[in-house]
Amino acid sequence: MTTTNPTLPTKAETRDFSFYYGAFHALKSINLPVVEKRVTALIGPSGCGKSTLLRSFNRMHDLYPGNRYQGSIVLHPDNTNILDPKVDPIEVRMRIGMVFQKPNPFPKSIYENVAYGLKVRGESSRSVLDDKVENALRGASLWNEVKDRLHAPATALSGGQQQRLCIARCLATDPELLLFDEPTSALDPIATANIEELVTELRERVTILIVTHNMQQAARVSDYTAYMYLGELVEYGVTDDVFMRPKKKATEDYITGRFG
Amino acid sequence: MSASHTLSQGIESMDVTTVSDRLSRKVVRNLKERAIEAVLFAAASISVLTTLGIIWVLVSESYHFFEHVPIWTFLTDTMWTPLFSEPRYGILPLLMGTLTTSLVALSVAIPLGTIIAIYLSEFASPRVREVVKPFLELLGGVPTIVYGYFALTVVSPVLQYFFPLLPGFSMLAAGLVMGVAIVPYISSLSEDAMRAVPMSLREGAYAMGSTRFQTAVRVVLPAAISGVLSAYILGISRAVGETMIVAVAAGMQPNFTMNPAEPAQTISAYIVQVAMGDLPHGSIGYQSIFAAGLSLMLMTLFFNILGHIIRRRYREAY
Repeated sequence: MTTTNPTLPTKAETRDFSFYYGAFHALKSINLPVVEKRVTALIGPSGCGKSTLLRSFNRMHDLYPGNRYQGSIVLHPDNTNILDPKVDPIEVRMRIGMVFQKPNPFPKSIYENVAYGLKVRGESSRSVLDDKVENALRGASLWNEVKDRLHAPATALSGGQQQRLCIARCLATDPELLLFDEPTSALDPIATANIEELVTELRERVTILIVTHNMQQAARVSDYTAYMYLGELVEYGVTDDVFMRPKKKATEDYITGRFG
Repeated sequence: MSASHTLSQGIESMDVTTVSDRLSRKVVRNLKERAIEAVLFAAASISVLTTLGIIWVLVSESYHFFEHVPIWTFLTDTMWTPLFSEPRYGILPLLMGTLTTSLVALSVAIPLGTIIAIYLSEFASPRVREVVKPFLELLGGVPTIVYGYFALTVVSPVLQYFFPLLPGFSMLAAGLVMGVAIVPYISSLSEDAMRAVPMSLREGAYAMGSTRFQTAVRVVLPAAISGVLSAYILGISRAVGETMIVAVAAGMQPNFTMNPAEPAQTISAYIVQVAMGDLPHGSIGYQSIFAAGLSLMLMTLFFNILGHIIRRRYREAY
């Protein structure tokens, strides 16, 4: 299961990572590498724990009482254990961006949404903000659509545009790792195609971990795929291998649609 | 074939035996529905009719008043002395008293109420919230006459200790206590608005590396702003209409000033004074309270409309 590709550096990895919602053992001893500047997809049926795993990377579970982590999630190159109680979750979230299932732009203008992370980090220079906002919007392929109305409310954008805005919001702060939690499940097919294309482009500059319900999507956008079932990591490997030559019967059953 | 035949026969015979029964049940049901509807309509009508009645009384009595006092004098004269031998009828002193006490009250209630709302919605643990909220509700339930005497007998002396020149009756003391009385309204409505902000928005803010405070102030509060502003408007309406606290603690003299360190009379306090006094019905002094009441109602109406506009303007769709 720890088949890290020896030629490529790992950006992050989970080591014997378990997670509990109260007494419920949601993730069981997961060992998953996340290869740098590549897209890793987490697939599996509903309730298999893929979102739970994703949300552990930026310690989202800290927001709710009764959750417990066990084991470690290491962020390279500095070998920081994200889950270490001594590590400030805010520091972690400053390094790791997240795009949610439903677009959740802030009730601010388009510009302020993208500038938000920079402002939170103390950036106040107008020219720096302007530059980074434009770059981030370009990076999220949204610049041309919004450049004339940067100060319009973000909620006036369409769902697909809102989701790209949320991606731009993350890109503005140059995250090392970008987490996508089923980013297209609330979008129509065209907006979905846009986001998928964007993910493929982004892999040049940022490491991506993406949860998806849609296996075709995983096959299209990811380099590595991890199949999870009932809180366990069943199979991990190069996406083509996992889809064409799955090693485990369970993976094959899921991928061929016999189950899940 | 035979099975389906008997089945349809069965249904028919069932229909036949129950049709009159069902009909009568339907009649009874319709009657019941109509009766309920009538009761609901009557209940709704009462509030509408009461409002219309109040407006009618205010307008018609004010009409007699304005037959004697030109509206222009009413709006511009700086003296309000309807009970003197040479009466003057300028609403401005009362209006200023109302505005000054309201401003003092709101400068306490809006910051305090907002801070409490942010704390309860975003910071307090459920246990703390369970303790604090009943106290706030209690604060909102204290009769305003009690607040009035609290202002007069506790707050005024304390203020005088720090500012010896302050008179025993002052708009400051009355306004401060009125502010505390309004806090529960603002805090509880604002808190409701903030708690209604979906968790996904908070998660988005945290995921960007926000602290709790940044999340609360930069994301949740702006998202809840329409509800929070309506809470403010409600607070303003309450402050403008508040009667007992100012009647007891602000002094009873119409004073053309906006200095909170002076005593003054508000519109509502004047109405109390005359309504409880022994002026004969139909006298112009008596009618003056209707003109004052009409002014007060128009002010409150203005703030309510403003609130309505703001709510529509800033409503966020999630």
